[in-house]
Amino acid sequence: MAFKRQIGRLPIIPKDAKQFNVVCHYCIVGCGYKAYTWPTNKQGGTAAADNVFGVDLGAQQPAETAAWYPPSMYNIVQQNGEDVHIVIKPDQDCVVNSGLGSVRGARIAEMSYSRARNTQLQRLTDPMVWRYGQMQPTSWDDALDLVARVTVAVLNEQGEDGLFVSAFDHGGAGGGYENTWGTGKLYFGAMKVKNIRIHNRPAYNSEVHATRDMGVGELNNCYEDAELADTIVAVGTNALETQTNYFLNRWVPNLRGTSIQKKKAEFGSEPVEQGRIIIVDPRRTVTVNACEVEAGKDRVMHLAINSGTDLALFNAWLTYIGQQGWTDKAFIAASTKGFDAALAANKTSLEDAARITGLTADQIRQSAEWIAQPKTGGARRRTMFAYEKGLIWGNDNYRTNGALVNVALATGNIGRPGGGCVRMGGHQEGYSRPDYPGPRPAPYVDQLLISGKGSVHHIWGCDHYKTTLNAFKFKQAYKKRTDLVKDAMLTVPYGDRDAMVKAIMDAIKKGGLFAVDVDIVPTKIGEACHVWLPAATSGEANLTSMNGERRMRLTERYMDPPGQAMPDCLIAARIANHMERVLRAQGKAKYADRFKGFDWKTEEDAFMDGYHGHEKGGQFVTYERLRAMGTNGFQEPAVDFKDGKIIGTKRLFADGKFNKPDGKAVFMETKWRGLEAPGKQAEKTKWPYLVNNGRTNVVWQNAYLDQDNEFVMDRMPFPLIQMNPQDMADIKVKAGDLVEIYNDNGSTQAMVYPTTTARRKETFMLFANPNGVQGNVVSPGVNELIIPNYKQTWAAIRKLSDAPEGARQLSFKSLEYATA
Amino acid sequence: MKGCNALIDAGRRKFLTGASVAAVGAAAAAVMPTKAKAAPATAGVVYPSNRLANVHDLKVNEPLSVTYPDADAPGVLIKLGTRVPSGVGPDSDIVGFSTICPHKGFPLGYNKTDRTLNCPGHYSRFDVEAGGQQTWGHATQNLPQYMLRVDANGDIYAEGIDELLYGRLSNVL
Repeated sequence: MAFKRQIGRLPIIPKDAKQFNVVCHYCIVGCGYKAYTWPTNKQGGTAAADNVFGVDLGAQQPAETAAWYPPSMYNIVQQNGEDVHIVIKPDQDCVVNSGLGSVRGARIAEMSYSRARNTQLQRLTDPMVWRYGQMQPTSWDDALDLVARVTVAVLNEQGEDGLFVSAFDHGGAGGGYENTWGTGKLYFGAMKVKNIRIHNRPAYNSEVHATRDMGVGELNNCYEDAELADTIVAVGTNALETQTNYFLNRWVPNLRGTSIQKKKAEFGSEPVEQGRIIIVDPRRTVTVNACEVEAGKDRVMHLAINSGTDLALFNAWLTYIGQQGWTDKAFIAASTKGFDAALAANKTSLEDAARITGLTADQIRQSAEWIAQPKTGGARRRTMFAYEKGLIWGNDNYRTNGALVNVALATGNIGRPGGGCVRMGGHQEGYSRPDYPGPRPAPYVDQLLISGKGSVHHIWGCDHYKTTLNAFKFKQAYKKRTDLVKDAMLTVPYGDRDAMVKAIMDAIKKGGLFAVDVDIVPTKIGEACHVWLPAATSGEANLTSMNGERRMRLTERYMDPPGQAMPDCLIAARIANHMERVLRAQGKAKYADRFKGFDWKTEEDAFMDGYHGHEKGGQFVTYERLRAMGTNGFQEPAVDFKDGKIIGTKRLFADGKFNKPDGKAVFMETKWRGLEAPGKQAEKTKWPYLVNNGRTNVVWQNAYLDQDNEFVMDRMPFPLIQMNPQDMADIKVKAGDLVEIYNDNGSTQAMVYPTTTARRKETFMLFANPNGVQGNVVSPGVNELIIPNYKQTWAAIRKLSDAPEGARQLSFKSLEYATA
Repeated sequence: MKGCNALIDAGRRKFLTGASVAAVGAAAAAVMPTKAKAAPATAGVVYPSNRLANVHDLKVNEPLSVTYPDADAPGVLIKLGTRVPSGVGPDSDIVGFSTICPHKGFPLGYNKTDRTLNCPGHYSRFDVEAGGQQTWGHATQNLPQYMLRVDANGDIYAEGIDELLYGRLSNVL
């Protein structure tokens, strides 16, 4: 039976409840929420005068009411040491989501640490150390002393290249400006650490190097542009499931035709109509379904290309649009360089592109018309280009990204209403760090760790065991190396610090690795680590981030962190303090001095030092001003503070000046070169099934919180693998059966989900799941800038077992909305 | 019925066959709960026992519009034709659900082909053969299901609900 909470009544928010600004800490969209808290011995009433909504709650409320919340938005948490009721519900007045809550964000309250209601008791409450053969609680000073002494010992022997770091670089939970600055100042300011990687990829690099190299920052439009566009081009993005409320609140009105008045107001006499959409994705997703429901099939073009062939399609678009004379010549002349050379180098006929992509020449021609054919009267067609992991984690990332930006530039669609060429994003953003001191391309950190390099590893909010490529082999090597240190730590009394550090260093000399994991929950890679440091998450500390239209907000602290947990920025500062102390005690005063400047007491101190002091426009931004800007905040960069408001920037590059010394965006030569990453073509030839992969609606990221949520685990006890029913018959499996996915890279497991729309031999598996790691079967092949290629993975599939108990009662029906 | 009208307005397009709230008015007369006199507060919600239909009123896969626990709470009874957990009646195949989407309160429509309740607001869908599990969607709870009892005459009574109904902070107002 489906999970039910058996809750028929909830406490009512009283009129005088405290209110806090909250931004959902999960995906990039950053929906606005409000947190309401009040004492446990009080409650509001149904009479209008007795509740915060001022409405009669004794009556049924209508659809889209603000005066209702489900049990998932309610909890009892600690605030300043006292239990309080809390409701965290979507903010009707936030322009991002207009009161919508996704299946993820609408569970923020339920996903909070509550001893009173037994939610998220998995959270780390104390620093933990490997002691007597298991992880044991200890004090901050003890844990940090051990971390500092071992780290300094490694620095003394090997220099800073002996310290390896894995760290988040994003906003929202496990990130934010405060915490990227805290970690950045430690590793790039006090130290110059080169061997560092980011949470979801094995090196320190941009996922969208190409667009940046072309001078086109990747978050250049505003969400309203999706309502204003004549055509939306969506590449490798399943927005309904992964940027849900941006899709519902901005794309749908355009597809439905309800944003036409907005278009008329913006564009005057220019002809406007209901929007069209082109979706480039090998898989039919629920996004395609929803677009067809809203716009009608004749205004939706799903280009189901052969996996990894996007580049050829984009080059053909550029070629055809150039041949038809549909380029924006004035824009190209005034604001760009290199168009003619790129056009010549990238020349691809409709027929050649059809052969490579598996589309028809007509599909490619017609989609080019939707993108660039002038409207009645000759007006330029306004087209918005949006891309995400299908492109970013796909074949030939750098050139494919460049090829799409080429089309957007050639059609004059950047910096203008209804345009943009943007990544859709995963997490919110919140990057503020000194410059990375390493080379380009950056070191392939995972491979270095596998090959025995690095002696101490600091991990911040990352779980390679779930979220890296080549994960099967990574785990094997990592466990072996960290076990050497664990075993050595068992040979000396824990309280003898000198002996302990010596034992660890001796093990390191034998190939061991000392690992420190900073996180909010016990992680899979944490099982291999020697120290866990408990971090606070969004809402347990003040946190600033920006969303996919650069909208910056402050999530206010509304509850206490669990136990002794602290914000990451303060953990970084305390590591710096301890390293300074240890270095000074060793007589290394000059080196110790580099660790000064970490005397922050609060996350606000880190914010003022970092974002306020270093980021473009940061001088206009303070916590107090952000609090006053509420859940709407402002769009970065800030350009002024006037009349009590921070003044932001609606679109980047609106003046036609790009991020290049001469202000001109640069077209890129992007020739097709097949499956680019080493070994991918051979893998495709050898193994029968494409194992496409990505997120699903109900699970956030690698399920670090969802793994402890009954509602989610009831629906997704194992990662799903969508399979065509005939493929299922071939390998004799039924819905819910557990299967093994295997190839030369490794093996993993998933739960079969019959999917009639899946093409034969093309499966889709939920990524980064604790109960089946898709990355186990992803090859180590990366592009020239060490960007992984998760999407083009091929493997074989065989049955492991009949559906386990948790998968027997599940709904295995189509995910697509259907009325009959 | 103010709330109900607002729900109907909110349906805005594609009003679907089967479990539409348009049928609420007709069914309402039969199921108005009898309000008890004020009594000392109890820990849980006190649900009325309301007769919704007789087993003979139901045909396989033909949803019957009902309301429960009051006229402002539309729902549906469905005889599935195959036994399901918590199904009632002689064939253990009768189930009842709220038909207001627990995401944003739009009225759900019944898809006879694959036996799901679908929301025209934001495409959520619930499997009536799997206890109302959200097959796909935005709601953070599965579909509220009725606790049903069938008496010797074949009369079907609803006597409770297993999740909070959309638009009310107490299932019984």
